[in-house]
Amino acid sequence: MGVVTDNLGFLLGGLLVTLELTVLGFAGALVIGTVLAVFRVSPIPPLRWVGAVYVEVLRNMPLLTLLVLVVFGLPDIGIRFSLFTSAAICMAVFAGAFVCEAVRGGINTVPVGQAEAARSLGFTFTQSLRYVILPPAFRTMVQPLVNIFIGVVLGSSLASAVGVSELTNRTQVLNLQSAEAVVLFLVSGAIYLVIALLGGAAGGVLERRVSGGR
Amino acid sequence: MTTVPTRVLFDEPGPRGRARIRLFTVVGVLLVGAVFGLALYQFYKSGQLGRSRWLAFAEPAYLRFLWEGLTGTVIATVLAALFSFPLGVVLALGRLSRNGLLRRVSTWYIELFRSIPLLLLIYVFLLALPRYGINLPILWKLVVPIVLVNVAVLAEIFRAGILAVDRGQAEAAAALGLREGPAMRAVILPQAIRLVVPTLVTQLVALLKDSTLGYVVSYPELMKQANNLANYTNLLVQTYIIVAAVYVVLNLLLSRFAVWLERRLGSRTSSRAARGKAAEPEGVPQTMA
Repeated sequence: MGVVTDNLGFLLGGLLVTLELTVLGFAGALVIGTVLAVFRVSPIPPLRWVGAVYVEVLRNMPLLTLLVLVVFGLPDIGIRFSLFTSAAICMAVFAGAFVCEAVRGGINTVPVGQAEAARSLGFTFTQSLRYVILPPAFRTMVQPLVNIFIGVVLGSSLASAVGVSELTNRTQVLNLQSAEAVVLFLVSGAIYLVIALLGGAAGGVLERRVSGGR
Repeated sequence: MTTVPTRVLFDEPGPRGRARIRLFTVVGVLLVGAVFGLALYQFYKSGQLGRSRWLAFAEPAYLRFLWEGLTGTVIATVLAALFSFPLGVVLALGRLSRNGLLRRVSTWYIELFRSIPLLLLIYVFLLALPRYGINLPILWKLVVPIVLVNVAVLAEIFRAGILAVDRGQAEAAAALGLREGPAMRAVILPQAIRLVVPTLVTQLVALLKDSTLGYVVSYPELMKQANNLANYTNLLVQTYIIVAAVYVVLNLLLSRFAVWLERRLGSRTSSRAARGKAAEPEGVPQTMA
């Protein structure tokens, strides 16, 4: 246990970086994903295509490939971000594709009649999305979004492979320095487990809230 | 997902609507073009568009090098699938078992391994376990963690499939005098597996993506080979763009195959209710990474 207590600050710092990556990545993904989903259901063909191509490419690309491409590739074409910023951008861009599909899936579960009712009342495309379609759609989106959140938590560990000093990375660094390997990995694993469980629990609460307040 | 339901968000546009759509179409095309142009300009300005930097990949030696990486990727993915699919069935049966202890252990396993990062587990096999005398060959340092993590996801998929098989099937099996074990083996499981086959193919995409972590353990799959090649040639951007394209195309083909399978198998499944459930098995996480 000594190695954990001695390096508590170091590990907690890593946890902080993991949380920052997660929060920034997930928030960015929500924005990107929602915009893309609106693109994909809009009546404007080029925007639909942009949405479709984005989703197909990003969902089928391994996160690690994207990370390496952005972190090591962007400087080569003359765009420089800090390592952390690059990693956060990757998380947002990557998870955005999944958020888009979650949002679109939610929109598709809203009964056709409701959209028709909105239109017959004279609502425009944006109005019917904003006031009629999205509120009930959000209820069915909560669970997929929670899964995406957990995916971002776990995915943020890949940033370790390109050198971001987050929890997984620091665990591995400490492991090299000390002999108590197993304890270290157990502690880090437990931390991830707790974050994922908390995320799941928060999602459950949110889901009950949203469906209660209809 | 079909695109048809989303069309319902707007009427067949009238003349003014069509004019607006045309306007937005033009603006949209211009914006997309601008983004692409800017990206190309960045590539051009930094000299990454040079002919020699791309033609280098016509070199058979480079291609062979990447091809070896692709072989490694396929080997790791297939091995991971071969082990994790059957183990997933076993774990799903464990979670559905009547034995309380077995059920609880299976549930814990699933919750635990769905909540820890694969990379952390790989580091355990790469860095920690060798100190305790457990030193697997490199390929297995990659495959074993992938299997451990994916078994949990697959168990949930199989469980959803088993639960989606019509209750009447189990009742009919019981009426024929089959006991629980044989009924599961001969009646329920075959139908359940058929229901989830498309989801399993989708899961292959996840396994293929996971195999990129060979980059970390230095197993020569596509990412690691790309890394080696980029170090040697200094053509980093080009190498990784090509590799990314290979991954996207492979996974796209697998995804399309899954959709095709779903349509084909769906039309042959007897129980419509079961089909609806299996198409989007409840509680099955959409694995992201």
